[in-house]
Amino acid sequence: MTHFSLQKKLHSAEGPLSLDVNCDIEDGAFISLYGPSGAGKTSLLRMLAGLMPPDSGMIKVKDEIWFDSEKKINIIPQQRLTGFVFQDYALFPNMNVEQNILYALGKNDSKKIIDELLDVTGLGGLRDKRIQMLSGGQQQRVALARAVARKPKLLLLDEPLSAIDNEMRANLQQTLLSIHAQYNVTAIIVSHDINEIVKLTSKTIHLQNGVVRQYQPPTEIFLNQFDEPGSMKGVFLSAEKAANEYEALILTGEQVIKISCSENDAKDLQKGDEIVLSFKGATAFLRKL
Amino acid sequence: MIETAPIFLTLELASLTTVILFFLAIPLARWISHKKNIFKTIAEVIVSLPLVLPPTVIGFYLLLAFSPSNSFGKFLDHYFDIRLAFSFGGLLIGSVIYSLPFMVHPVLSGLTSLPASLEDASYSLGKTKTQTLFKVLLPNIKPSLLTGIVLTFAHTIGEFGVVLMIGGNIPGRTNVASIAVYDEVEALNYHNANVYAAVLVGISVTILFLLYLSNRKLQEVKIL
Repeated sequence: MTHFSLQKKLHSAEGPLSLDVNCDIEDGAFISLYGPSGAGKTSLLRMLAGLMPPDSGMIKVKDEIWFDSEKKINIIPQQRLTGFVFQDYALFPNMNVEQNILYALGKNDSKKIIDELLDVTGLGGLRDKRIQMLSGGQQQRVALARAVARKPKLLLLDEPLSAIDNEMRANLQQTLLSIHAQYNVTAIIVSHDINEIVKLTSKTIHLQNGVVRQYQPPTEIFLNQFDEPGSMKGVFLSAEKAANEYEALILTGEQVIKISCSENDAKDLQKGDEIVLSFKGATAFLRKL
Repeated sequence: MIETAPIFLTLELASLTTVILFFLAIPLARWISHKKNIFKTIAEVIVSLPLVLPPTVIGFYLLLAFSPSNSFGKFLDHYFDIRLAFSFGGLLIGSVIYSLPFMVHPVLSGLTSLPASLEDASYSLGKTKTQTLFKVLLPNIKPSLLTGIVLTFAHTIGEFGVVLMIGGNIPGRTNVASIAVYDEVEALNYHNANVYAAVLVGISVTILFLLYLSNRKLQEVKIL
């Protein structure tokens, strides 16, 4: 079990924020950290890694106490055994792919894990390449392999996939799942992507204004809260009269769909309006949010 | 007949100053790059002071400090039997102070231009501050280090005011090339002055040329 309870006064772009977070994470779980910008997500990861000192509180990972303000314990980042994947990857430009991963190992560690990691992340053919020659997705794989090489007790991922295009992202999510399964590491990922959160993680910490608003499985947090059963959120694009009804174009997620609806529903909507789309039989209903 | 001693003395002074400043500037720049308090500002002011002060002012104060009739000079003389005024050691100390910004500024700007996450990543991978400095930070600011080394060397070659104040022109000890040019002109030996001047121009042009050439090469590697 990983337990932390941390308090810290922060100065964010939106003004002062007092972070106060309590959480228990089961060993080997994959947790997501979700919330608006400036909610304190990155700061929380940095405190867990020892890169930012909390004002008070405690961090306990398995049986080890990493931080306890009352007992004045504060283990330095070097001894915390965390794997941190930074938003900007933070790869060392003076080293090639293999050297970056090798850097994580101590003198006496077996080098066997390097081949294994290059294999899992699909980087086998790139081991001698300079970092500057890699694509964003490949760089992220190196960062991931490097973070896992020390067999961390806590894997901390700060929006690792935010700068990567959709196709590569799906691919990397698969890699993340494989790595998590293979090394059975407790992992926390900061993400804004609901798709990613639901796909990867079993529980979500919903952080808002520095406090935990919800700590539940993501499917419960993101279960839609509309009255109409089987409804979904969408964006109204346009509507045209066709025969007796109206044909409307709606953007749902990444798809544009065409549905038939009544004139009544369509007439007051403007392009870009957020709507709730629901169906009864073959008829669609649109309601402005 | 032209003496070559002033040229070699200049090169010796420049080399020693560069070596001393290199090892002094790295910890100093790293300390400044990490601090955000008033001490950082004070350190920055002291480091930059030689840029704005006339060299004669620095030379004047050093001369006073080194003088055996003042407390610091008396202390050195009495306990260590060292007299820095009009000596090569005094010149070296003056050069180190005078060229301090030329080494510290490039190294500092190199260090602050690196993303903070590189250092954090290294710590979270279990590496100490020293390991991080030598394996991650310094290798990634090679162009800045090279700039610091070359500018310090070139700047020390061009030193005149400080040297004149605290060194005088004792042949073989403090008579560096820039002073020799001045002396020869005063004695109306224009030919000799010309030779010293040409050698200084030649050395300066060569090292600056090599600096910009190799920094261009390093930049190209980075872009690739």
